[in-house]
Amino acid sequence: MIQAKIVLFSFLLGIGTTLWAQKTPMVLIKGGTYVPLYGTADKKPVAITAFEIDVFPVTNAQYLAFLKKYPEYSRSKIKGIFADKSYLSHWQSDFDYGKNNLSNAPVTNVSWFAAKKYCECQGKRLPAMDEWEYVAMADEKRIDARSKEAFNKYIMSWYEKPKTYANPIGQTFKNYWGVYDMHGLVWEWTADFNSIFLSGESRKDRDTDKNLFCGSGSVNATDLMNYAAFMRYAFRGSLKARYTTRNLGFRCAKDKVAFVKTFQNLR
Amino acid sequence: MKSKIECQKIKKGILSLLFLGIFALAITLQSCNQKAKAAEKDKAISDLSIYNLPSKWTNQNGQNIEMKDMKGKVLVMVMIYTSCKAACPRLVADMRNIEQRLPENIKDKVKMVLVSIDPEADTPKRLKAFAIENKMNSNQWVFLRSTEENTREFAAVLAVNYKKVSPMDFSHSNIISVFNADGELTYQQEGLGVNSDPTIAKIKEEAQKIN
Repeated sequence: MIQAKIVLFSFLLGIGTTLWAQKTPMVLIKGGTYVPLYGTADKKPVAITAFEIDVFPVTNAQYLAFLKKYPEYSRSKIKGIFADKSYLSHWQSDFDYGKNNLSNAPVTNVSWFAAKKYCECQGKRLPAMDEWEYVAMADEKRIDARSKEAFNKYIMSWYEKPKTYANPIGQTFKNYWGVYDMHGLVWEWTADFNSIFLSGESRKDRDTDKNLFCGSGSVNATDLMNYAAFMRYAFRGSLKARYTTRNLGFRCAKDKVAFVKTFQNLR
Repeated sequence: MKSKIECQKIKKGILSLLFLGIFALAITLQSCNQKAKAAEKDKAISDLSIYNLPSKWTNQNGQNIEMKDMKGKVLVMVMIYTSCKAACPRLVADMRNIEQRLPENIKDKVKMVLVSIDPEADTPKRLKAFAIENKMNSNQWVFLRSTEENTREFAAVLAVNYKKVSPMDFSHSNIISVFNADGELTYQQEGLGVNSDPTIAKIKEEAQKIN
């Protein structure tokens, strides 16, 4: 009996390691609450349930591996409804990102549909916007560094830097959670990017929009940070799911597996 | 001795965990594969068609359908939620208005589709009740709901933005979309109570292409 178990165990371990070996490292983000800079009525805190997120954005090499498995998402095969014409347009060809692109640079020019599919095929998902922002408000030492001047200056100076999308992943700072490149490399897709309202909305959320645009005083000090966030939210609001742009990549997330609970139940 | 038992328990635990993990992974990866296959099968569908979407939906009669089951009809689609008090009644009125103004001879070529952005609350039963309440109970009308994820994806296709702003309320774009018989988006009417003439003209045009 025990022998059988050991055999089974090592068999599963074998499968497990081969499956996990190709995966991007993820870190656990502990749950918590915070007030996002935009998108909540009455500035109510949003609750974040613990989840896992990729430490780095998805790279050219990783995306290529995905395309080889799912060629229907390659540049010439992808359906128009899922991506516009500039999809992977900086690549050499369908299955070659070319000499001008680093293998470990973030993949960009990918649509929301393609990014979503990539994550699903890793057994993951795109992070929700509130999750992404929650991780992105951390600097090296704090969970929430949004009010720190140096942090905001860092973000703002990135916005001014051209072509950071060509850089390799993992060169920016490692934040409190152990996550890299939330700022300083590329913009990233989120699962519910289309929950931003810039126009044509139905309800009182309009107030939020006024904040977005008239920026109820976007020159005072709090609002270097609001300006930085404004750029992200406004950018998301301008996107459609099939759009692709050179500075927009993605990373994946995953619900936290209830390991602890399962474990406790066994005992 | 005690520690040995503990150790065995832990081993057992790890074993089960691993197994569970692999099982879960296998399931997710499989669902991903199935989707890919489904997309391959329907080669006749054009590149820009919503019939490329593999998502499954439930209608107000509790039947399971896919978008492509409506292939061959002109679809007039809107995203709403039934507990909505602000914009949706007007959006719904706009839909009804469009339907009433369609010539009788093309009505059987057109489906008026309302997709719920609140799948949690909008059960088939509730959608049915809503249909009856709003006199949208003929064959013309289809009410759909799916998972949150599929709904988000469908909204992305329609370029409809929405967000849950409180447990009962959503804000959402007011867009009525017209799809031709092949499932391609051909016209969008944006805003509330806008003039529907161009929308109706487009529906007629597309319906006449169907023989």
